[in-house]
Amino acid sequence: MSRYRIPGMGRVDPAKPVSFTFDGKPYTGLRGDTVASALLSHGVHLMGRSFKYHRPRGPVTAGSEEPNALIGTSRGPGRFEPNTRATVQELREGLQAESQNKFPSLKFDIGAVNDRAYMLFSAGFYYKTFMWPRSFWDKVYEPFIRAAAGLGKSPTEVDPDTYAHRNLHTDVLVVGGGAAGIQAALVAAKSGARVVLVDENPEMGGSLLSDPAVRIDGRGSWAWLAEQLSQLRAAGVTLMTRTTAIGYYHQNFVGLVERVTDHLDQPPSGAPRERMWHVRAGQVILAQGALEKPLVFDGNDRPGVMLAGAAQTYLNRYGVKVGDNAAVVTSHDSAWYAAFDLVDAGARVSAIADTRDHVRTDLVDAARKRGIEVLTSHTATATYGRLRVKAVRVNPVRHGQVGAGRKIACDVLLISGGWTPSLHLFSHTKGSLSWDAESRTFLPNHKTEACQIAGAGRGLWGYGPALEDGARAGLAAVEALGRTSEPLAARVEGDRPGTGAIQTELPTDRSAGKAKAFVDYQNDVTAKDIRLAVREGMRSIEHVKRYTTNGMATDQGKMSNINGLMIAADALGKEPPQVGLTTFRPPYTPTSFGAFAGYHKGATFELTRKTPIDPWAEANGAVFEPVSLWRRAWYFPKGTEDMHAAVARECRATRASAGMFDASTLGKIEVAGPDATEFMNRMYTNPWTKLAPGRCRYGLLLGEDGFIRDDGVIGRLSQDLFHVTTTTGGAARVLNMMEDYLQTEWPDLNVWLTSTTEQWATVAVNGPNARKVIAPLVEGLDLSDETFPHMSVAECTVAGLPARLFRISFTGELGFEINVPSRHGLALWKAIHQAGQPYDICPYGTETMHVLRAEKGYIIVGQDTDGTVTPQDAGLDWAVGKAKKDFVGKRSLQRPDIVAPNRKQLVGLLTEDGTKLEEGAQIVLDPNQTLPMTMAGHVTSSYDSTALGRPIAMAVITGGHGRMGETVHIPMPNGTVKATITSTNFYDPEGERLKA
Amino acid sequence: MLLIHCPYCDETLPEAEFAYAGEAHISRPADPMALSDEEWRDFLFIRTNARGPHYERWRHIHGCGRFFNALRDTVSDRFLTTYKAGEERPAEAKLEAAE
Ligand SMILES: [Zn+2]
Repeated sequence: MSRYRIPGMGRVDPAKPVSFTFDGKPYTGLRGDTVASALLSHGVHLMGRSFKYHRPRGPVTAGSEEPNALIGTSRGPGRFEPNTRATVQELREGLQAESQNKFPSLKFDIGAVNDRAYMLFSAGFYYKTFMWPRSFWDKVYEPFIRAAAGLGKSPTEVDPDTYAHRNLHTDVLVVGGGAAGIQAALVAAKSGARVVLVDENPEMGGSLLSDPAVRIDGRGSWAWLAEQLSQLRAAGVTLMTRTTAIGYYHQNFVGLVERVTDHLDQPPSGAPRERMWHVRAGQVILAQGALEKPLVFDGNDRPGVMLAGAAQTYLNRYGVKVGDNAAVVTSHDSAWYAAFDLVDAGARVSAIADTRDHVRTDLVDAARKRGIEVLTSHTATATYGRLRVKAVRVNPVRHGQVGAGRKIACDVLLISGGWTPSLHLFSHTKGSLSWDAESRTFLPNHKTEACQIAGAGRGLWGYGPALEDGARAGLAAVEALGRTSEPLAARVEGDRPGTGAIQTELPTDRSAGKAKAFVDYQNDVTAKDIRLAVREGMRSIEHVKRYTTNGMATDQGKMSNINGLMIAADALGKEPPQVGLTTFRPPYTPTSFGAFAGYHKGATFELTRKTPIDPWAEANGAVFEPVSLWRRAWYFPKGTEDMHAAVARECRATRASAGMFDASTLGKIEVAGPDATEFMNRMYTNPWTKLAPGRCRYGLLLGEDGFIRDDGVIGRLSQDLFHVTTTTGGAARVLNMMEDYLQTEWPDLNVWLTSTTEQWATVAVNGPNARKVIAPLVEGLDLSDETFPHMSVAECTVAGLPARLFRISFTGELGFEINVPSRHGLALWKAIHQAGQPYDICPYGTETMHVLRAEKGYIIVGQDTDGTVTPQDAGLDWAVGKAKKDFVGKRSLQRPDIVAPNRKQLVGLLTEDGTKLEEGAQIVLDPNQTLPMTMAGHVTSSYDSTALGRPIAMAVITGGHGRMGETVHIPMPNGTVKATITSTNFYDPEGERLKA
Repeated sequence: MLLIHCPYCDETLPEAEFAYAGEAHISRPADPMALSDEEWRDFLFIRTNARGPHYERWRHIHGCGRFFNALRDTVSDRFLTTYKAGEERPAEAKLEAAE
């Protein structure tokens, strides 16, 4: 049995020892321990170093609000977690825990020199100290700050665990399984409602677990608790422990994170480590209790200084005495009960110093009976000891004057500055809080969601009021849902009612400026920092918070916010509500990224769309690239070819004979109906009325602002049917835009829009021999140039498959695009590949497609345009139906800034020395101008062109269309490149090859 | 995750099924070419940017596909009502009183 464990006390199992290590040293705890309680059972208080000053720290709480005792835990590769609270992490066999923010060791830490440089690190030190010179930021200040500050180290390996996401619908969700929550759940369940009760701890009970001496309905509190829990189970209530309600959102949507395996010696294989629950509840009952505040005085952070309630929890719940000889400094009755419990368990409590003048006589009597010296009207002014508290200095306060100090020896100092109702979730919903002047706390006021608040959250203290209020809240919740239930009364004996006084930092007889009186332990914010912030002009608590970082650590100010506010309000001479309260935001406690990501990682991060031809591409060694969500064949390397060689070969083969390309990802929309032509006229810039069935046209789509949104070839199959193609990435956007206009602007038009992207597989065949390749496969259509010229479309049979055959080209070569129902796509591809063998047909990928189109100056929307490019800018004026009275974007083409001269216009670029330009490179007209230079435009596309035997590029350049033949300059890190402005149509400018 | 009522499906469904589509009750002019540059600018770019109740469009994009209108409070993020495209805008005073 470890030195500080008390046999027969606590809820740990003395028959089940659990071994673990802390900083490499082996320890043994008991099943049911946390890392903190197990270490305390060995007398270990020193568990970490603080963030800024590297001060030695021990646990100050026994719960999830812990700011100090942060550890790294690990269980094999990839399973390291930093900043785990030792007060929450349950002991498991073989757990490896290590302290953080120390070098070389926890007991001797070089960074503690920061503590001596205290003046340097006062409020706003980041802003003041590291302002100048600017060049020092990267080299000096930032590395120094990063090395000096910081908590645990980030894990470096991929997390191998899985995290689950689940939905949960319930009538009533009760958050908090203490006395109030249990009663609320029971009353609600008796109405027949579905009830879920969640608690972040490994077991239900809340503070009852720390108060076994209280008797309820004639039983000890633990026996009563067991009986209530079995009643809850019998009533069908879902009980979820180790489950934290992290956020409360609109319409009673609550996020829960359930820790599934972190407490297990050996997690079952396949079990998720954590499970996030998305809960939608009819009514939410918040019974989250209250959090104890520290008192603020010099040295209130030394290891061994601990909240009185935490000491009571370690004693009663874990059977661990936090010290042999305690002293108490308090402003609240609750610490007195903690002291009594310690004495009753065999520890010594030498004195209770209370800041108040008057304390209930029954408490004073009970203390004296236990041999505890009672010191009312006292303040604490210092603590002593290096790695563990050795003594506290207390002084009497008379009429505002601090008297002579006196040292009281102790190995643990219990402090309590009263309790703050835990209203974080309530605040997430923008529920308003109001200042209760009597209790000097914020209490819930206006609700925005269908919720009830019960127990200590409403400022109620003691088990009697909490039980009664829980039952009331449960009844109110089910009545709001139109149900009825029975009230539930409970009789409490030996209750521990209490009140207290709320303090700023405690008065001292020493220099307040030299006091290290901590308000925020984790961020090392002192009372002096907050007063300094006010002196330097911060008036709102939000400003004080950001200037001092008070409440901005991982505990989000659970313990520090109210103390910080009290001090700031005092410094400003205002009431606390006039200074304001900072906003609580989700998550309630630090939450792993894994829990948020859930299943959305690795292969299931996002879906991969594959065309019907994808298996052939894979089998034939294609290298793929992602294009929006599609996986597309990028190029098909042969042998040892690199990308450059493969693309050059594919380009050559296509222009020399024939190439084939999987164009199935092109967006396709069928526009059908009696008013289809009118709809097309209104949507696209081009005129459609005179386009005969069986013919195609390049279509250009603008936004109402006149800028290019999308383009594609559109075929007219009959009077009332258009086959519209869109860019691969734009398909959904274009359909949405069409639907928007059709539904909301032109509901008079009789038109149906159908996405057919997934319905058609598309194979493009290009090259001088393209016709010869496909002709033997085509039935029911004469492919000759006379009957089926460029820009034709027909329905026919290809390779025995029903097809829509387009004669179009995105390469400048004779080209066909064959659409067949998707299920036949692979068969069509194979048939063409077979038929193309006599012509050495070459399958090519998206890179070759890009090169071939660039050689012809065909734009890619989104690459050569960026949402600020008009048809004129892109040289596509010819695609705009000038005679049309209206179309989407037409009016904008006459806006003053659109007709203004010197807009950026799309041109070709040829470099003088044959350098291939970088896409995105900036262009200037005069390379000798002073910095910063005036940018004239940028490169949008750049490729090595096999057909031209040199690199080619496209660019947008201010006034570019009027600068043909001029030289521009592209400054690059290795020197400035000269280029000549040309047409974008680099290859076969007369378009003879299309007519082949 | 908000719950949104689709007036066409007459169902209240998760926000993930819907897409926001800008301010409502801004009709495309019947003859845009007749508008002055200023009038056209106002139609294109000038929006209410309300702090409080805001008439706006949503699309049940992963459901029935219909565009509809909503009155949503931009401060509380609460939907006061939803209604079909083409219907009169409901008076916000009445809806707020019914809160
Ligand atoms: Zn719908």
